[in-house]
Amino acid sequence: MKILGKDMGTEMKVRIKFAKSGAMRFIGHLDIMRYFQKAIRRADIDVAYSEGFSPHQIMSFAAPLGVGLTSNGEYLDIEIKTHAGAEDMKQRLNKVMVEGMEILTVTMLKEDAKNAMASVAAAEYTVRFRQGYEPGFDWPKRLMEFYHSPSIMVTKKTKKSEMSLDLKPYIYQLSLQETEKAPVIRMLVNASSSGNVKPGLVMEAFLKANGEELSPFALEIIREDTYADTGKEGEPHFVPLDAIGMEF
Amino acid sequence: MSKLALRDEILLQVEKPARYIGNEVNGIIKDKSQVDIRVAMCFPDVYEIGMSHLGIQILYDMFNRFDDVWCERVYSPWVDLDKKMREENIPLFVLESQEPVKDMDFLAITIQYEMCYTNILQILELSHIPLRAKDRSLEHPIVIGGGPCVYNPEPIAAFFDMFYIGEGETRYRELLDLYKECRKQEKSREDFLREASKIPGIYVPMFYRVEYHEDGTIQSIGPVEEGIPEKILKEVEMDVSHTYYPEKPVVPFIKVTQDRVVLEIQRGCIRGCRFCQAGQIYRPVRERDLDMLKNYALAMLQNTGHEEISLSSLSSSDYSQLPELIDFLIEKCREKKINISLPSLRIDAFSLDVMSKVQDVKKSSLTFAPEAGSQRLRNVINKGLTEEAILNGAALAFQGGWTRVKLYFMLGLPTETEEDIKGIAELANKIAAVFFETVPKEKRINGKVQIVASTSFFIPKPFTPFQWASMCTKEEFLEKAYATRTAIKGQLNQKSIKYNWHEADISVLEGVFARGDRKIADVIERAYKKGCIFDAWSEFFKGDVWMEAFEELGIDIAFYTTRKRELDEIFPWDFIDCGVSKEFLQREWKKALEETVSPNCRAKCQGCGANRFGGGVCFENTGKGYGNGNEGKD
Repeated sequence: MKILGKDMGTEMKVRIKFAKSGAMRFIGHLDIMRYFQKAIRRADIDVAYSEGFSPHQIMSFAAPLGVGLTSNGEYLDIEIKTHAGAEDMKQRLNKVMVEGMEILTVTMLKEDAKNAMASVAAAEYTVRFRQGYEPGFDWPKRLMEFYHSPSIMVTKKTKKSEMSLDLKPYIYQLSLQETEKAPVIRMLVNASSSGNVKPGLVMEAFLKANGEELSPFALEIIREDTYADTGKEGEPHFVPLDAIGMEF
Repeated sequence: MSKLALRDEILLQVEKPARYIGNEVNGIIKDKSQVDIRVAMCFPDVYEIGMSHLGIQILYDMFNRFDDVWCERVYSPWVDLDKKMREENIPLFVLESQEPVKDMDFLAITIQYEMCYTNILQILELSHIPLRAKDRSLEHPIVIGGGPCVYNPEPIAAFFDMFYIGEGETRYRELLDLYKECRKQEKSREDFLREASKIPGIYVPMFYRVEYHEDGTIQSIGPVEEGIPEKILKEVEMDVSHTYYPEKPVVPFIKVTQDRVVLEIQRGCIRGCRFCQAGQIYRPVRERDLDMLKNYALAMLQNTGHEEISLSSLSSSDYSQLPELIDFLIEKCREKKINISLPSLRIDAFSLDVMSKVQDVKKSSLTFAPEAGSQRLRNVINKGLTEEAILNGAALAFQGGWTRVKLYFMLGLPTETEEDIKGIAELANKIAAVFFETVPKEKRINGKVQIVASTSFFIPKPFTPFQWASMCTKEEFLEKAYATRTAIKGQLNQKSIKYNWHEADISVLEGVFARGDRKIADVIERAYKKGCIFDAWSEFFKGDVWMEAFEELGIDIAFYTTRKRELDEIFPWDFIDCGVSKEFLQREWKKALEETVSPNCRAKCQGCGANRFGGGVCFENTGKGYGNGNEGKD
């Protein structure tokens, strides 16, 4: 069954923004890719395939989300051959989603737009300490002091070696949001392929600087959105990845 | 579903947490206050294996079509989670609602292979259900077993309240209605089981007593009360084109073994290989209607989004409308970029043509299952495949661009000699020679052909003509494997041939379970208590622990494996009627020893007795069953 609608005669790039919550936080990145391949078939999206003996859907994900995290701003790009508008596509996809997966926006990209993965510059997270895992010291106050210190040195382990790294330039914003319960940390950090910083790494450095160790289950992390940089060299301007897209 | 049974800390520490969270596409969520009966459907192995099983998908779909039933799934927790659940005393839960199995009305366990028996005990123990049926009370679910292994349920009879013998489509509704009625009348567990045992196909072990001779063989098996049937005839769904089949199979998040749409095109097999249990217990052969299959194929692809569809049957080449079905699938799947996988096809010009259309020839391999190395032994086992057919098929395939061949054999078959073993090596060698003869040097990809010969060890199974056969010891098996290896090493083309063999100690154990009696339950429980679990996984199989369990309980393995059985011996499974008669199996056993083949069901009826079901292949063409008058006159 083909979607009746505009045939562009050529493929069109489409960016899909989705949220991942609830039990879906335990589904890893590769399985989310498989999930979308199947969902796109179920939704009868007229998706473009690669050439060759075993064709696959042309698909690019922005930034892999770690197992255990939820997100309000995940992105993938696909190419389609025909369509009946963005709203129709969004509805079709939402109809075939499972609980915990929701399509938020569908936009069209210019032909020369960079794909989702290459566009990622930063990501914003909210971070909470799980109950019973809060640090023993006055952490909200110390966190801001930590953030405002001139440098934040960490040891980053790679497969081959350990190296010392200053996290400071990779943290674009860090603030505290007061809530009825404990304050929530909001941070905007580099998420590009060359300088990806995980919020856990920042928090680990923070606790270490205060003489405590971060337990692997201490944090509840939500990725709030993923951003592209549309600014100039040395003057970044971060916009959500779907802000680059256009309505259709 | 809002709450998971396991805490984040646990889910983040175990391998593949997606095994335990449910929430998959097409999983069924119901309002529990609106249903009368909760069923936990279990495959006692890890999620990826269990989710690949078609039978569960069929029954899951069937149960959930009943408005008063909610059927949910449960699989064996992997060893990492198993440990955590025991440490923290977390009860095993079903995936959909994440609620404990112990709160369900039924725990239905499908038993597909003997080596999962300890996993059944794991499921029961983690569910906080007493291992032995006699220790259960009204508060516990009714534990019911089904699947091919329950054609000899005796080794695990003590762990089950009841077994369902045969195909699940036919009697569950009746059983559920009886359950509701008994509950309404506040009948005891025993009273419900007593009534259930009168439903065709249902075996309730507690109402049967086994008496033994002094030598350990069986003197009698029979009901302990009036009104309980003496024999239990297997259940068969005769109208396979108008019965339950899932239009919306559950789609797992993680990659499972069978990550595709599975279309069961027929049940049963006309071939009658004498070692094969499936070939007997699923008689008579029943084909599904072509239009039904077309409709289901499209619906299932649409509803799952899978990128592959596979045909399932014991011998797909024997499906009478295979060309039409394949043409249809090729056309539809090309549009949607869906792969077609065609297992169990006989290699000939037709199948090679089809396969070249649906597979990448360079990447795929051809499979032959001669099962025995010589024509003599192939006649004994009634495997109709001839050397000529294999070599012709291979030649055609090599011309078509294939370079990889897989060969499957069994070692330890009745009457096997050194010559038969040598025949395995020679056949592999001849196939390699065919490659060098048919493919000119300049056309050889990488210049070579790869032949992989694999042997498993023959295990006599109930309800086959070989149920009377002696099984080899572990040492004999290994000697045969070494002899095969040596023979292959001695071949001219040995560099093109790779040889694999199956583990012998697992086979011996499987042999005990396959033809075991009620005394084996103690061994299974003892081995489980000593830490045996996931025995089907060679990395977890603890052969020495099993041997300890047998020794401690004074149970002699040879009694179940190598012992010669007389034609008039009463077998533990003889109170079950699998549809084919014991007389037929005896005739076939005698013919095997005479090295005489039997034609397949379509060529000439052998009078096995399955025509009593009144349909299927027995009544093709004639309309009245060409079983009549022909029985045994060959």
